[in-house]
Amino acid sequence: MTELWNALPLVIQILLKITAILLPLLGLVAYYTLAERKVIGYMQVRIGPNRVGWRGVLQPIADAVKLVMKEIIIPTKADKTLFLMAPMLAIAPAMAVWAVFPFDEGLVLADINAGLLYILALSSLGVYGIIIAGWASNSRYALLGAMRSAAQMVAYEIAMGFALVGVLVAAGSLNLGAIVAAQQGGLFSWFWLPLLPLFGVYLISGVAETNRAPFDVAEGESEIVAGFHVEYSGMGFAVFFLAEYANMILISALTALLFFGGWLSPLPQVWVDGVFLLDDGFHWLLLKTLFFMYLLLWLRATFPRYRYDQIMRLGWKVFIPITIVWILVVALAVVYKLPPWWSV
Amino acid sequence: MGFEKFLFYLFALITLWAAGMVVSRRNPVHAVLFLVLAFVSSAALWILMEAEFLGIVLILVYVGAVMVLFLFVVMMLDVDIAALRAGFIDYLPLGLLIAGIMAIEIFLIVGPANFGLHAFPAPAPAGTDLNNTRELGLLLYTVYVYPVEIASVILLVAIIAAIRLTLRRRPDNKYVDPARQVRVKKGPDRIRLVKMASETPVPVVAPALEKESDE
Repeated sequence: MTELWNALPLVIQILLKITAILLPLLGLVAYYTLAERKVIGYMQVRIGPNRVGWRGVLQPIADAVKLVMKEIIIPTKADKTLFLMAPMLAIAPAMAVWAVFPFDEGLVLADINAGLLYILALSSLGVYGIIIAGWASNSRYALLGAMRSAAQMVAYEIAMGFALVGVLVAAGSLNLGAIVAAQQGGLFSWFWLPLLPLFGVYLISGVAETNRAPFDVAEGESEIVAGFHVEYSGMGFAVFFLAEYANMILISALTALLFFGGWLSPLPQVWVDGVFLLDDGFHWLLLKTLFFMYLLLWLRATFPRYRYDQIMRLGWKVFIPITIVWILVVALAVVYKLPPWWSV
Repeated sequence: MGFEKFLFYLFALITLWAAGMVVSRRNPVHAVLFLVLAFVSSAALWILMEAEFLGIVLILVYVGAVMVLFLFVVMMLDVDIAALRAGFIDYLPLGLLIAGIMAIEIFLIVGPANFGLHAFPAPAPAGTDLNNTRELGLLLYTVYVYPVEIASVILLVAIIAAIRLTLRRRPDNKYVDPARQVRVKKGPDRIRLVKMASETPVPVVAPALEKESDE
Protein backbone atom coordinates (compact mmCIF):
# COMPACT_ATOMS: atom_id res chain seq x y z
CA MET A 1 0.00 0.00 0.00
CA THR A 2 2.76 2.44 0.93
CA GLU A 3 4.74 1.49 -2.19
CA LEU A 4 1.71 2.16 -4.33
CA TRP A 5 1.29 5.57 -2.67
CA ASN A 6 4.94 6.46 -3.12
CA ALA A 7 4.84 5.42 -6.78
CA LEU A 8 2.23 8.11 -7.51
CA PRO A 9 3.47 11.46 -8.88
CA LEU A 10 3.66 14.25 -6.30
CA VAL A 11 0.87 16.26 -7.95
CA ILE A 12 -1.52 13.30 -7.76
CA GLN A 13 -0.56 12.70 -4.11
CA ILE A 14 -1.32 16.33 -3.24
CA LEU A 15 -4.59 16.28 -5.16
CA LEU A 16 -5.64 13.11 -3.33
CA LYS A 17 -4.78 14.71 0.01
CA ILE A 18 -6.80 17.82 -0.88
CA THR A 19 -9.76 15.62 -1.79
CA ALA A 20 -9.39 13.74 1.47
CA ILE A 21 -9.65 17.04 3.36
CA LEU A 22 -12.34 18.78 1.32
CA LEU A 23 -14.85 15.96 0.86
CA PRO A 24 -15.38 15.30 4.59
CA LEU A 25 -15.38 19.07 5.15
CA LEU A 26 -18.17 19.65 2.64
CA GLY A 27 -20.09 16.71 4.08
CA LEU A 28 -19.70 18.22 7.53
CA VAL A 29 -20.91 21.60 6.20
CA ALA A 30 -24.01 19.96 4.70
CA TYR A 31 -24.88 18.18 7.92
CA TYR A 32 -24.00 21.24 10.01
CA THR A 33 -26.91 23.04 8.34
CA LEU A 34 -29.21 20.18 9.32
CA ALA A 35 -27.77 20.12 12.84
CA GLU A 36 -28.40 23.86 13.13
CA ARG A 37 -32.06 23.49 12.20
CA LYS A 38 -32.52 20.48 14.46
CA VAL A 39 -30.66 21.89 17.47
CA ILE A 40 -32.36 25.27 17.33
CA GLY A 41 -35.65 23.50 16.72
CA TYR A 42 -35.33 21.43 19.88
CA MET A 43 -34.15 24.45 21.88
CA GLN A 44 -37.33 26.25 20.79
CA VAL A 45 -39.49 23.15 21.45
CA ARG A 46 -40.08 22.42 17.76
CA ILE A 47 -39.19 19.26 15.85
CA GLY A 48 -37.25 20.76 12.97
CA PRO A 49 -37.07 19.21 9.49
CA ASN A 50 -38.35 15.61 9.57
CA ARG A 51 -39.91 14.94 6.16
CA VAL A 52 -36.99 13.87 3.93
CA GLY A 53 -35.54 10.52 4.92
CA TRP A 54 -35.56 9.04 8.40
CA ARG A 55 -36.13 11.98 10.82
CA GLY A 56 -34.99 14.35 8.10
CA VAL A 57 -31.45 13.03 7.65
CA LEU A 58 -31.65 13.52 3.86
CA GLN A 59 -32.73 17.16 4.20
CA PRO A 60 -29.31 18.69 3.25
CA ILE A 61 -29.25 16.60 0.07
CA ALA A 62 -32.77 17.69 -0.83
CA ASP A 63 -31.74 21.31 -0.21
CA ALA A 64 -28.65 20.96 -2.39
CA VAL A 65 -30.65 19.42 -5.25
CA LYS A 66 -33.20 22.21 -4.99
CA LEU A 67 -30.53 24.93 -5.05
CA VAL A 68 -28.71 23.36 -8.01
CA MET A 69 -31.92 23.15 -10.02
CA LYS A 70 -32.86 26.79 -9.42
CA GLU A 71 -32.28 29.46 -12.01
CA ILE A 72 -29.43 31.88 -11.35
CA ILE A 73 -30.81 35.37 -11.74
CA ILE A 74 -28.42 38.20 -12.52
CA PRO A 75 -29.89 41.65 -11.84
CA THR A 76 -30.05 43.80 -14.99
CA LYS A 77 -27.90 46.63 -13.71
CA ALA A 78 -25.48 44.44 -11.78
CA ASP A 79 -21.77 44.35 -12.55
CA LYS A 80 -21.93 40.91 -14.13
CA THR A 81 -18.30 39.82 -13.80
CA LEU A 82 -17.96 40.86 -10.18
CA PHE A 83 -21.42 39.53 -9.37
CA LEU A 84 -20.35 36.07 -10.52
CA MET A 85 -16.88 36.35 -8.98
CA ALA A 86 -18.04 37.28 -5.47
CA PRO A 87 -19.22 33.79 -4.36
CA MET A 88 -15.95 32.30 -5.59
CA LEU A 89 -13.99 34.92 -3.66
CA ALA A 90 -15.98 33.99 -0.56
CA ILE A 91 -15.47 30.24 -0.79
CA ALA A 92 -11.89 30.04 -2.08
CA PRO A 93 -10.19 31.38 1.12
CA ALA A 94 -12.60 29.37 3.29
CA MET A 95 -11.36 26.18 1.61
CA ALA A 96 -7.70 27.17 1.15
CA VAL A 97 -7.26 27.82 4.87
CA TRP A 98 -7.45 24.08 5.56
CA ALA A 99 -4.16 23.53 3.72
CA VAL A 100 -2.11 24.24 6.84
CA PHE A 101 -4.50 22.77 9.39
CA PRO A 102 -2.96 19.81 11.25
CA PHE A 103 -5.45 17.04 12.04
CA ASP A 104 -3.08 14.94 14.10
CA GLU A 105 0.61 14.75 14.94
CA GLY A 106 2.23 15.35 11.53
CA LEU A 107 -1.02 14.81 9.62
CA VAL A 108 -1.09 18.06 7.64
CA LEU A 109 -1.12 18.99 3.96
CA ALA A 110 1.45 21.81 4.13
CA ASP A 111 3.51 22.04 7.33
CA ILE A 112 4.67 25.64 7.02
CA ASN A 113 6.41 27.68 9.69
CA ALA A 114 4.07 30.65 9.50
CA GLY A 115 0.88 28.55 9.63
CA LEU A 116 -0.98 30.82 12.04
CA LEU A 117 -0.20 33.90 9.94
CA TYR A 118 -1.35 32.09 6.82
CA ILE A 119 -4.69 31.29 8.43
CA LEU A 120 -5.10 34.86 9.63
CA ALA A 121 -4.23 36.28 6.18
CA LEU A 122 -6.58 33.99 4.29
CA SER A 123 -9.48 34.46 6.66
CA SER A 124 -9.07 38.22 6.24
CA LEU A 125 -9.56 37.75 2.49
CA GLY A 126 -13.05 36.32 3.00
CA VAL A 127 -14.48 39.81 3.46
CA TYR A 128 -13.89 40.62 -0.22
CA GLY A 129 -16.53 38.13 -1.32
CA ILE A 130 -19.04 39.89 0.90
CA ILE A 131 -18.14 43.46 -0.08
CA ILE A 132 -18.00 42.69 -3.79
CA ALA A 133 -21.29 40.80 -3.65
CA GLY A 134 -22.92 43.77 -1.95
CA TRP A 135 -21.56 46.30 -4.39
CA ALA A 136 -21.96 44.32 -7.60
CA SER A 137 -25.63 43.53 -6.91
CA ASN A 138 -26.46 47.22 -7.38
CA SER A 139 -29.02 47.02 -4.59
CA ARG A 140 -29.30 49.28 -1.57
CA TYR A 141 -29.97 46.50 0.91
CA ALA A 142 -27.04 44.48 -0.37
CA LEU A 143 -24.69 47.46 -0.21
CA LEU A 144 -25.80 48.28 3.35
CA GLY A 145 -25.20 44.68 4.38
CA ALA A 146 -21.77 44.70 2.77
CA MET A 147 -20.81 47.93 4.52
CA ARG A 148 -21.89 46.65 7.92
CA SER A 149 -20.09 43.42 7.39
CA ALA A 150 -16.86 45.08 6.25
CA ALA A 151 -16.76 47.42 9.24
CA GLN A 152 -17.49 44.57 11.62
CA MET A 153 -14.92 42.21 10.15
CA VAL A 154 -12.15 44.80 10.14
CA ALA A 155 -12.91 45.69 13.77
CA TYR A 156 -12.93 42.13 15.06
CA GLU A 157 -9.99 40.99 12.98
CA ILE A 158 -7.75 43.21 15.08
CA ALA A 159 -8.97 41.74 18.36
CA MET A 160 -8.69 38.25 16.89
CA GLY A 161 -5.17 38.91 15.62
CA PHE A 162 -4.10 40.15 19.05
CA ALA A 163 -5.62 37.09 20.72
CA LEU A 164 -3.56 34.94 18.37
CA VAL A 165 -0.47 37.00 19.19
CA GLY A 166 -1.04 35.92 22.78
CA VAL A 167 -1.14 32.29 21.66
CA LEU A 168 2.07 32.58 19.70
CA VAL A 169 3.83 34.30 22.60
CA ALA A 170 2.72 31.46 24.87
CA ALA A 171 3.72 28.72 22.42
CA GLY A 172 6.80 30.45 21.01
CA SER A 173 5.93 29.39 17.48
CA LEU A 174 3.68 30.21 14.54
CA ASN A 175 3.54 26.58 13.46
CA LEU A 176 0.22 25.01 14.39
CA GLY A 177 1.74 21.63 15.17
CA ALA A 178 4.25 23.26 17.53
CA ILE A 179 1.46 25.24 19.21
CA VAL A 180 -0.35 22.00 20.03
CA ALA A 181 2.91 20.37 21.17
CA ALA A 182 3.43 23.29 23.58
CA GLN A 183 0.16 22.40 25.34
CA GLN A 184 1.23 18.85 26.21
CA GLY A 185 0.30 17.59 29.67
CA GLY A 186 -3.46 17.28 30.20
CA LEU A 187 -6.52 19.45 30.64
CA PHE A 188 -4.91 22.12 32.82
CA SER A 189 -1.83 22.70 30.72
CA TRP A 190 -3.90 23.63 27.66
CA PHE A 191 -3.83 27.31 26.83
CA TRP A 192 -7.46 28.02 27.74
CA LEU A 193 -6.46 28.45 31.38
CA PRO A 194 -3.46 30.81 31.23
CA LEU A 195 -4.99 32.60 28.23
CA LEU A 196 -8.59 32.63 29.48
CA PRO A 197 -9.36 36.27 28.50
CA LEU A 198 -7.80 35.74 25.08
CA PHE A 199 -9.81 32.56 24.63
CA GLY A 200 -13.03 34.46 25.30
CA VAL A 201 -12.05 37.29 22.97
CA TYR A 202 -11.03 34.84 20.26
CA LEU A 203 -14.23 32.84 20.39
CA ILE A 204 -16.49 35.91 20.39
CA SER A 205 -14.48 37.60 17.64
CA GLY A 206 -14.71 34.37 15.67
CA VAL A 207 -18.49 34.50 15.90
CA ALA A 208 -18.38 38.13 14.76
CA GLU A 209 -15.96 37.33 11.92
CA THR A 210 -18.29 34.71 10.52
CA ASN A 211 -21.23 37.14 10.76
CA ARG A 212 -23.19 34.74 12.92
CA ALA A 213 -25.83 35.53 15.52
CA PRO A 214 -25.66 37.56 17.77
CA PHE A 215 -23.40 39.54 15.41
CA ASP A 216 -25.39 38.96 12.22
CA VAL A 217 -26.30 42.57 11.48
CA ALA A 218 -24.83 42.05 8.00
CA GLU A 219 -27.92 40.01 7.21
CA GLY A 220 -30.38 41.41 9.70
CA GLU A 221 -33.59 40.13 8.12
CA SER A 222 -35.77 42.59 9.95
CA GLU A 223 -33.83 45.62 8.69
CA ILE A 224 -32.17 44.87 5.36
CA VAL A 225 -33.95 41.71 4.12
CA ALA A 226 -30.94 39.42 3.83
CA GLY A 227 -27.93 41.67 3.55
CA PHE A 228 -25.17 41.22 1.04
CA HIS A 229 -26.58 38.13 -0.69
CA VAL A 230 -30.13 39.39 -1.16
CA GLU A 231 -29.85 39.39 -4.97
CA TYR A 232 -28.33 35.92 -5.24
CA SER A 233 -30.36 32.85 -6.12
CA GLY A 234 -29.70 29.15 -6.52
CA MET A 235 -26.08 28.05 -6.36
CA GLY A 236 -24.74 31.60 -5.97
CA PHE A 237 -26.54 31.85 -2.65
CA ALA A 238 -25.59 28.28 -1.73
CA VAL A 239 -21.90 29.02 -2.23
CA PHE A 240 -22.07 31.94 0.22
CA PHE A 241 -23.81 29.62 2.64
CA LEU A 242 -21.12 26.96 2.21
CA ALA A 243 -18.38 29.54 2.85
CA GLU A 244 -20.08 30.78 6.00
CA TYR A 245 -20.48 27.29 7.46
CA ALA A 246 -16.96 26.25 6.45
CA ASN A 247 -15.70 29.34 8.29
CA MET A 248 -17.74 28.41 11.36
CA ILE A 249 -16.19 24.95 11.36
CA LEU A 250 -12.76 26.53 10.95
CA ILE A 251 -13.29 28.84 13.93
CA SER A 252 -14.43 25.88 16.07
CA ALA A 253 -11.51 23.73 14.96
CA LEU A 254 -9.00 26.53 15.55
CA THR A 255 -10.38 27.18 19.02
CA ALA A 256 -9.93 23.50 19.78
CA LEU A 257 -6.42 23.56 18.34
CA LEU A 258 -5.10 26.79 19.84
CA PHE A 259 -6.75 26.82 23.26
CA PHE A 260 -7.88 23.24 23.92
CA GLY A 261 -4.87 21.18 22.98
CA GLY A 262 -6.02 19.95 19.56
CA TRP A 263 -5.57 16.19 19.38
CA LEU A 264 -4.15 15.93 22.92
CA SER A 265 -6.02 13.84 25.44
CA PRO A 266 -7.43 15.74 28.45
CA LEU A 267 -6.05 13.11 30.84
CA PRO A 268 -2.40 13.14 31.96
CA GLN A 269 -0.08 11.35 29.54
CA VAL A 270 1.04 8.69 32.09
CA TRP A 271 -2.50 7.35 32.51
CA VAL A 272 -3.52 7.09 28.89
CA ASP A 273 -0.29 6.15 27.10
CA GLY A 274 -1.25 3.54 24.52
CA VAL A 275 -4.79 3.04 25.83
CA PHE A 276 -7.22 2.75 22.95
CA LEU A 277 -9.31 5.91 22.35
CA LEU A 278 -8.04 7.57 25.53
CA ASP A 279 -4.63 8.32 24.02
CA ASP A 280 -3.99 11.43 21.92
CA GLY A 281 -5.55 11.27 18.50
CA PHE A 282 -7.70 12.84 15.84
CA HIS A 283 -10.89 11.80 17.66
CA TRP A 284 -10.15 14.25 20.48
CA LEU A 285 -9.78 17.10 17.99
CA LEU A 286 -13.04 16.08 16.32
CA LEU A 287 -14.83 15.91 19.65
CA LYS A 288 -13.61 19.35 20.72
CA THR A 289 -14.44 20.84 17.32
CA LEU A 290 -17.95 19.40 17.41
CA PHE A 291 -18.46 20.88 20.86
CA PHE A 292 -17.53 24.38 19.68
CA MET A 293 -19.66 23.94 16.56
CA TYR A 294 -22.57 23.12 18.86
CA LEU A 295 -21.71 26.14 21.01
CA LEU A 296 -22.10 28.44 17.98
CA LEU A 297 -25.61 27.07 17.37
CA TRP A 298 -26.42 27.38 21.06
CA LEU A 299 -25.35 31.03 20.98
CA ARG A 300 -27.65 31.68 18.04
CA ALA A 301 -30.62 30.16 19.83
CA THR A 302 -29.88 32.08 23.02
CA PHE A 303 -28.93 35.69 22.30
CA PRO A 304 -30.79 38.47 20.51
CA ARG A 305 -28.96 40.44 17.85
CA TYR A 306 -26.53 43.12 19.01
CA ARG A 307 -27.17 46.73 18.09
CA TYR A 308 -24.67 48.08 15.57
CA ASP A 309 -23.04 50.68 17.85
CA GLN A 310 -22.76 48.08 20.62
CA ILE A 311 -20.91 45.76 18.24
CA MET A 312 -18.44 48.49 17.37
CA ARG A 313 -17.97 49.44 21.01
CA LEU A 314 -17.37 45.86 22.07
CA GLY A 315 -14.80 45.30 19.34
CA TRP A 316 -12.79 48.48 19.61
CA LYS A 317 -13.20 49.61 23.22
CA VAL A 318 -13.47 46.36 25.15
CA PHE A 319 -11.74 43.54 23.28
CA ILE A 320 -8.66 45.33 21.98
CA PRO A 321 -7.64 46.75 25.40
CA ILE A 322 -8.23 43.33 27.05
CA THR A 323 -6.04 41.58 24.51
CA ILE A 324 -3.24 44.14 24.74
CA VAL A 325 -3.15 43.88 28.53
CA TRP A 326 -3.19 40.09 28.46
CA ILE A 327 -0.41 39.90 25.85
CA LEU A 328 1.74 41.84 28.33
CA VAL A 329 0.75 39.46 31.13
CA VAL A 330 1.57 36.41 29.02
CA ALA A 331 4.87 37.89 27.87
CA LEU A 332 5.88 38.50 31.50
CA ALA A 333 4.78 35.01 32.49
CA VAL A 334 6.87 33.50 29.70
CA VAL A 335 9.92 35.59 30.49
CA TYR A 336 9.75 34.83 34.23
CA LYS A 337 8.83 31.16 33.59
CA LEU A 338 5.55 31.11 35.51
CA PRO A 339 5.24 27.60 37.05
CA PRO A 340 2.77 25.16 35.75
CA TRP A 341 2.90 26.30 32.10
CA TRP A 342 6.29 27.79 31.34
CA SER A 343 8.48 26.33 34.07
CA VAL A 344 10.70 24.40 31.66
CA MET B 1 14.50 26.21 -11.44
CA GLY B 2 12.51 26.20 -14.69
CA PHE B 3 9.10 26.11 -13.02
CA GLU B 4 10.11 28.77 -10.52
CA LYS B 5 11.18 31.06 -13.37
CA PHE B 6 7.87 30.46 -15.10
CA LEU B 7 6.02 31.37 -11.89
CA PHE B 8 8.10 34.50 -11.48
CA TYR B 9 7.30 35.75 -14.98
CA LEU B 10 3.64 34.82 -14.56
CA PHE B 11 3.24 36.76 -11.32
CA ALA B 12 5.39 39.65 -12.58
CA LEU B 13 3.17 39.94 -15.67
CA ILE B 14 0.01 39.84 -13.54
CA THR B 15 1.42 42.52 -11.25
CA LEU B 16 2.30 44.83 -14.14
CA TRP B 17 -1.02 44.25 -15.91
CA ALA B 18 -2.99 44.87 -12.71
CA ALA B 19 -0.99 48.03 -11.96
CA GLY B 20 -1.73 49.27 -15.48
CA MET B 21 -5.42 48.58 -15.01
CA VAL B 22 -5.43 50.52 -11.70
CA VAL B 23 -4.67 53.75 -13.53
CA SER B 24 -6.62 53.05 -16.70
CA ARG B 25 -9.96 51.69 -15.44
CA ARG B 26 -12.87 54.10 -15.57
CA ASN B 27 -14.68 52.52 -12.63
CA PRO B 28 -12.94 53.40 -9.33
CA VAL B 29 -14.13 50.20 -7.61
CA HIS B 30 -12.59 48.12 -10.40
CA ALA B 31 -9.39 50.14 -10.07
CA VAL B 32 -9.20 49.36 -6.33
CA LEU B 33 -9.83 45.66 -6.99
CA PHE B 34 -6.99 45.63 -9.53
CA LEU B 35 -4.78 47.22 -6.90
CA VAL B 36 -5.70 44.32 -4.61
CA LEU B 37 -4.71 41.91 -7.39
CA ALA B 38 -1.38 43.73 -7.77
CA PHE B 39 -0.75 43.36 -4.01
CA VAL B 40 -1.60 39.67 -4.05
CA SER B 41 0.67 38.89 -6.96
CA SER B 42 3.54 40.90 -5.46
CA ALA B 43 3.04 38.89 -2.27
CA ALA B 44 3.40 35.79 -4.44
CA LEU B 45 6.66 37.24 -5.83
CA TRP B 46 7.96 37.76 -2.29
CA ILE B 47 7.10 34.20 -1.37
CA LEU B 48 9.04 33.06 -4.45
CA MET B 49 12.00 35.00 -3.01
CA GLU B 50 11.66 32.90 0.19
CA ALA B 51 10.38 35.90 2.15
CA GLU B 52 7.17 34.16 3.15
CA PHE B 53 6.70 36.23 6.30
CA LEU B 54 6.72 39.47 4.31
CA GLY B 55 4.47 37.99 1.65
CA ILE B 56 1.86 36.82 4.13
CA VAL B 57 2.02 40.08 6.08
CA LEU B 58 1.54 42.03 2.86
CA ILE B 59 -1.69 40.13 2.28
CA LEU B 60 -2.76 40.35 5.91
CA VAL B 61 -2.14 44.07 6.36
CA TYR B 62 -2.64 45.62 2.94
CA VAL B 63 -5.14 43.30 1.30
CA GLY B 64 -6.97 42.22 4.44
CA ALA B 65 -7.27 45.55 6.21
CA VAL B 66 -6.08 48.65 4.35
CA MET B 67 -7.65 47.85 0.99
CA VAL B 68 -10.92 46.80 2.62
CA LEU B 69 -11.21 50.26 4.16
CA PHE B 70 -10.16 51.81 0.86
CA LEU B 71 -12.85 49.87 -0.99
CA PHE B 72 -15.32 50.87 1.70
CA VAL B 73 -14.63 54.57 1.09
CA VAL B 74 -14.55 54.31 -2.71
CA MET B 75 -17.90 52.52 -2.75
CA MET B 76 -19.50 55.24 -0.64
CA LEU B 77 -18.09 58.11 -2.71
CA ASP B 78 -19.65 59.14 -5.97
CA VAL B 79 -16.46 59.71 -7.93
CA ASP B 80 -17.03 61.69 -11.12
CA ILE B 81 -14.45 60.13 -13.39
CA ALA B 82 -15.13 62.58 -16.26
CA ALA B 83 -14.15 65.55 -14.12
CA LEU B 84 -10.98 63.78 -13.07
CA ARG B 85 -10.01 63.20 -16.69
CA ALA B 86 -10.84 66.71 -17.88
CA GLY B 87 -7.29 68.04 -17.79
CA PHE B 88 -5.63 64.87 -19.09
CA ILE B 89 -4.11 66.38 -22.27
CA ASP B 90 -3.04 69.60 -20.49
CA TYR B 91 -1.12 67.74 -17.83
CA LEU B 92 0.25 65.06 -20.16
CA PRO B 93 3.62 66.76 -20.92
CA LEU B 94 4.30 67.42 -17.23
CA GLY B 95 3.28 63.88 -16.32
CA LEU B 96 5.48 62.36 -19.01
CA LEU B 97 8.41 64.52 -17.86
CA ILE B 98 8.05 63.35 -14.25
CA ALA B 99 7.58 59.74 -15.34
CA GLY B 100 10.70 60.03 -17.50
CA ILE B 101 12.78 61.43 -14.62
CA MET B 102 11.57 58.64 -12.33
CA ALA B 103 12.35 56.00 -14.93
CA ILE B 104 15.89 57.37 -15.33
CA GLU B 105 16.39 57.48 -11.56
CA ILE B 106 15.23 53.91 -11.17
CA PHE B 107 17.46 52.85 -14.05
CA LEU B 108 20.50 54.54 -12.44
CA ILE B 109 19.99 52.58 -9.23
CA VAL B 110 18.77 49.19 -10.37
CA GLY B 111 20.11 49.25 -13.92
CA PRO B 112 22.30 46.40 -15.16
CA ALA B 113 25.46 48.28 -14.13
CA ASN B 114 24.71 48.10 -10.37
CA PHE B 115 22.16 45.37 -10.13
CA GLY B 116 23.29 42.61 -12.47
CA LEU B 117 24.24 39.13 -11.38
CA HIS B 118 27.91 40.18 -11.15
CA ALA B 119 27.08 42.90 -8.60
CA PHE B 120 24.54 40.85 -6.64
CA PRO B 121 25.12 37.13 -7.09
CA ALA B 122 21.97 35.11 -6.45
CA PRO B 123 21.95 34.00 -2.81
CA ALA B 124 21.99 30.29 -2.18
CA PRO B 125 18.45 29.11 -1.44
CA ALA B 126 17.97 28.61 2.29
CA GLY B 127 16.66 25.26 3.43
CA THR B 128 13.02 24.74 4.35
CA ASP B 129 14.09 24.56 8.00
CA LEU B 130 15.00 28.24 8.11
CA ASN B 131 12.38 30.06 10.15
CA ASN B 132 11.87 33.26 8.23
CA THR B 133 9.77 34.97 10.90
CA ARG B 134 12.29 34.21 13.62
CA GLU B 135 15.25 35.45 11.58
CA LEU B 136 13.46 38.68 10.73
CA GLY B 137 12.42 39.22 14.35
CA LEU B 138 15.95 38.63 15.62
CA LEU B 139 17.33 41.21 13.18
CA LEU B 140 14.62 43.78 13.83
CA TYR B 141 14.91 43.66 17.61
CA THR B 142 18.69 43.56 17.85
CA VAL B 143 20.51 45.22 14.95
CA TYR B 144 17.69 47.53 13.87
CA VAL B 145 16.07 48.14 17.24
CA TYR B 146 16.38 51.96 17.14
CA PRO B 147 14.84 52.41 13.67
CA VAL B 148 12.01 50.06 14.67
CA GLU B 149 11.31 51.92 17.90
CA ILE B 150 11.48 55.34 16.24
CA ALA B 151 9.19 54.26 13.42
CA SER B 152 6.68 52.85 15.89
CA VAL B 153 6.68 56.05 17.95
CA ILE B 154 6.07 58.10 14.81
CA LEU B 155 3.19 55.80 13.89
CA LEU B 156 1.75 56.14 17.39
CA VAL B 157 1.86 59.92 17.10
CA ALA B 158 0.12 59.67 13.74
CA ILE B 159 -2.60 57.44 15.22
CA ILE B 160 -3.23 59.83 18.08
CA ALA B 161 -3.32 62.81 15.72
CA ALA B 162 -5.74 61.06 13.37
CA ILE B 163 -8.07 60.12 16.22
CA ARG B 164 -7.89 63.66 17.61
CA LEU B 165 -8.90 65.08 14.22
CA THR B 166 -12.05 62.96 14.13
CA LEU B 167 -13.15 64.04 17.62
CA ARG B 168 -15.33 67.00 16.85
CA ARG B 169 -18.12 67.12 19.41
CA ARG B 170 -21.19 68.56 17.83
CA PRO B 171 -23.70 69.96 20.35
CA ASP B 172 -26.58 68.07 18.71
CA ASN B 173 -24.68 64.80 18.76
CA LYS B 174 -26.64 62.13 20.61
CA TYR B 175 -24.80 59.24 22.12
CA VAL B 176 -25.39 56.68 24.82
CA ASP B 177 -23.18 55.98 27.79
CA PRO B 178 -23.09 52.20 28.21
CA ALA B 179 -21.90 52.45 31.82
CA ARG B 180 -25.00 54.45 32.74
CA GLN B 181 -27.22 52.10 30.75
CA VAL B 182 -25.91 49.11 32.63
CA ARG B 183 -26.37 50.81 35.99
CA VAL B 184 -30.12 51.23 35.48
CA LYS B 185 -32.14 49.44 38.19
CA LYS B 186 -35.57 47.91 38.01
CA GLY B 187 -37.47 50.47 40.08
CA PRO B 188 -37.43 54.25 39.83
CA ASP B 189 -34.63 54.40 37.19
CA ARG B 190 -36.83 53.06 34.44
CA ILE B 191 -40.24 54.48 35.15
CA ARG B 192 -41.38 57.57 37.01
CA LEU B 193 -44.95 57.77 38.24
CA VAL B 194 -46.27 61.28 38.40
CA LYS B 195 -49.38 62.22 40.39
CA MET B 196 -51.47 64.74 38.60
CA ALA B 197 -55.03 65.98 38.47
CA SER B 198 -57.30 64.34 35.93
CA GLU B 199 -57.57 66.06 32.56
CA THR B 200 -60.10 68.85 32.16
CA PRO B 201 -62.81 67.82 29.70
CA VAL B 202 -62.23 68.92 26.12
CA PRO B 203 -64.60 71.74 25.11
CA VAL B 204 -67.12 70.66 22.51
CA VAL B 205 -66.51 72.28 19.13
CA ALA B 206 -69.42 73.37 17.00
CA PRO B 207 -70.01 70.94 14.06
CA ALA B 208 -69.94 73.69 11.42
CA LEU B 209 -66.57 74.91 12.59
CA GLU B 210 -65.20 71.36 12.63
CA LYS B 211 -66.14 70.86 8.98
CA GLU B 212 -64.23 73.93 7.96
CA SER B 213 -61.15 72.98 9.89
CA ASP B 214 -61.20 69.61 8.15
CA GLU B 215 -60.38 71.22 4.82
